[in-house]
Amino acid sequence: MAWRIWQGRRIPLAWLMLTRQPVRLAVALAGISFAGILMFMQLGFRDGLFDASVTVHRQFDADLVLMSPRTMSSIGMASFPRRRLVQAMADPAVRGITPVNWGLLLWRNPDSRINRSILTIGFEPGDPLFLDPALAAQAEGLTMKGRVLFDERSRPEFGPIAERFRAGEVVETEVAGSRVRVAGLLNLGPSFGADGNMITSRDTFLELSPGTPPGSIELGLIRLLPDADAETVAQRLQRQLPPDVTVFTKAAFEDFEKTYWRTSTAIGFIFTLGAAMGFVVGCVIVYQILSSDVSDHLPEYATLMAMGYPLPSLLRVVGREGLLLAVLGYLPAYAAGLGLYALVRRGTNLPVFMNLDRALVVLVMILVMCLASSALAMRRLADADPAEIF
Amino acid sequence: MGIVVSGLCHSYGKGAMARQVLQDVDLRIDPGEVVLLTGPSGCGKTTLLTLVGALRQVQQGSVRVLGQELAGAGRASRQRLRRRIGMIFQGHNLLRCLSAEQNVQMGADLLPGLGYRARRDLAREWLRAVGLGDHLGKLPHDLSGGQKQRVAIARALAAEPQLLLADEPTAALDSRSGRDVVELLRSLAREQGCAVLMVTHDPRILDVADRLVRMEDGRLSESVPEAVG
Repeated sequence: MAWRIWQGRRIPLAWLMLTRQPVRLAVALAGISFAGILMFMQLGFRDGLFDASVTVHRQFDADLVLMSPRTMSSIGMASFPRRRLVQAMADPAVRGITPVNWGLLLWRNPDSRINRSILTIGFEPGDPLFLDPALAAQAEGLTMKGRVLFDERSRPEFGPIAERFRAGEVVETEVAGSRVRVAGLLNLGPSFGADGNMITSRDTFLELSPGTPPGSIELGLIRLLPDADAETVAQRLQRQLPPDVTVFTKAAFEDFEKTYWRTSTAIGFIFTLGAAMGFVVGCVIVYQILSSDVSDHLPEYATLMAMGYPLPSLLRVVGREGLLLAVLGYLPAYAAGLGLYALVRRGTNLPVFMNLDRALVVLVMILVMCLASSALAMRRLADADPAEIF
Repeated sequence: MGIVVSGLCHSYGKGAMARQVLQDVDLRIDPGEVVLLTGPSGCGKTTLLTLVGALRQVQQGSVRVLGQELAGAGRASRQRLRRRIGMIFQGHNLLRCLSAEQNVQMGADLLPGLGYRARRDLAREWLRAVGLGDHLGKLPHDLSGGQKQRVAIARALAAEPQLLLADEPTAALDSRSGRDVVELLRSLAREQGCAVLMVTHDPRILDVADRLVRMEDGRLSESVPEAVG
């Protein structure tokens, strides 16, 4: 079978037409790659910004999360009675719970003395909070009042906290008017709602935000037994608990936050539009290249038609040129995308990574772009009249 | 087989603008026969060639080529018939992006049922037959005018045509290489038993013909072969 295909092969006309004009090929590939890079960047930013909104959410060691129904997003968490979480404990599928306080407080930059809003999480230092065991190791340092763990990936506007702490200095500053001391560093990353993060004990949290009643929390983390189905238990708890709490699975909890940013901001629209622009620019470039290629070769196509080659076989040559351009243009776009994502991660701390979905989306966009352009360029082939070449 | 043209009329344009280029043309060419068509430019020679070559729709009259009636024949059947007709153009019309060997193979590729290697070997054989065995990998750009025209002949013959149409194949060549090309064409066509219809202005090559046909104002007249030295 393979032998027959090999024997049936023809001269790779599309490949030769492209490669025998290296300058034009290079221009075409540069154009397609540029369009691809534009799409990678726009879609990457969009997904990265949405993913960044749940950098902390994702860290929680929880199967289910309780929130107040009045909570709309992480920047405006409403509180609910801590009793609800204890009530949930009665369910046979529940293995453990962690009450969590969550709020935005003002952090004073120790150098510039400028206050900046920082996301503060308060919990009982003995409780499991994050999936990352690095936190549990440092939690002990929080048992003393006025101690905080500072996220070293917070934006630099909070001050050179991490550098000083590493250098062995005692780093102290004011949060909401009270003195705090940094007891350790975390690695979380900024998000939409918060430029920086810190974690403290529940006692310290209550001291820093005196308005919070001691019996109320903003989040209730629930861990289930390994064989329990999170969805089922969530529905059961929702039925049993009073309506002043909402039960989310962890995935729904993350989606809830992402949906807030997607629907209440223009970010999704802006970046999708940016990607669409890349697509249109790419279409124009590929169409220009392919149609001038067809025009240049029109006498040759007419010759082939005069020799008895059917029109569809020549249209396939143009189609294959489009396909080759797509594949050859995609590879450098992919490579450049990887590099630029790394740059963006370093420059903005946004979690922008290449993933299979986006790689495929851009590949399909480039394929559609090139094949649509070659379909348009094919119309020129209809101008090839073999009777005119004598 | 061969060509039988009878009562062929053809005009360009429509209505009052119509200009008749062929008037009641009759022509018969048998297999293996070499016929040269001469006449002043604009007299309709090329139109006749494109009609016989199944490149143009027949308007009036009958054109039977290789046993197939072209009057009323559709696009697809004309395209299939063209596979059996070799064509050599005034400009060589080689594909610029292909080497000499690949150009000839584009002709051989029209043959059904041959494997890639067989078609490639056929292309090489034809290039050797036209004396270009040393230039297989060269692009048309690197070949002289005569060499290009010989590649074009090899390409036309590689498809094993039963009819060969040539439009002033020597126009771009000097007298020596023009002569060589035409003689090559005739001997190769003879071997294949292939009919040849060649349009030419070139008085130096008239003697290769079995028969001369002269066209004037869209009408054909047989010339006397002895008129040529």
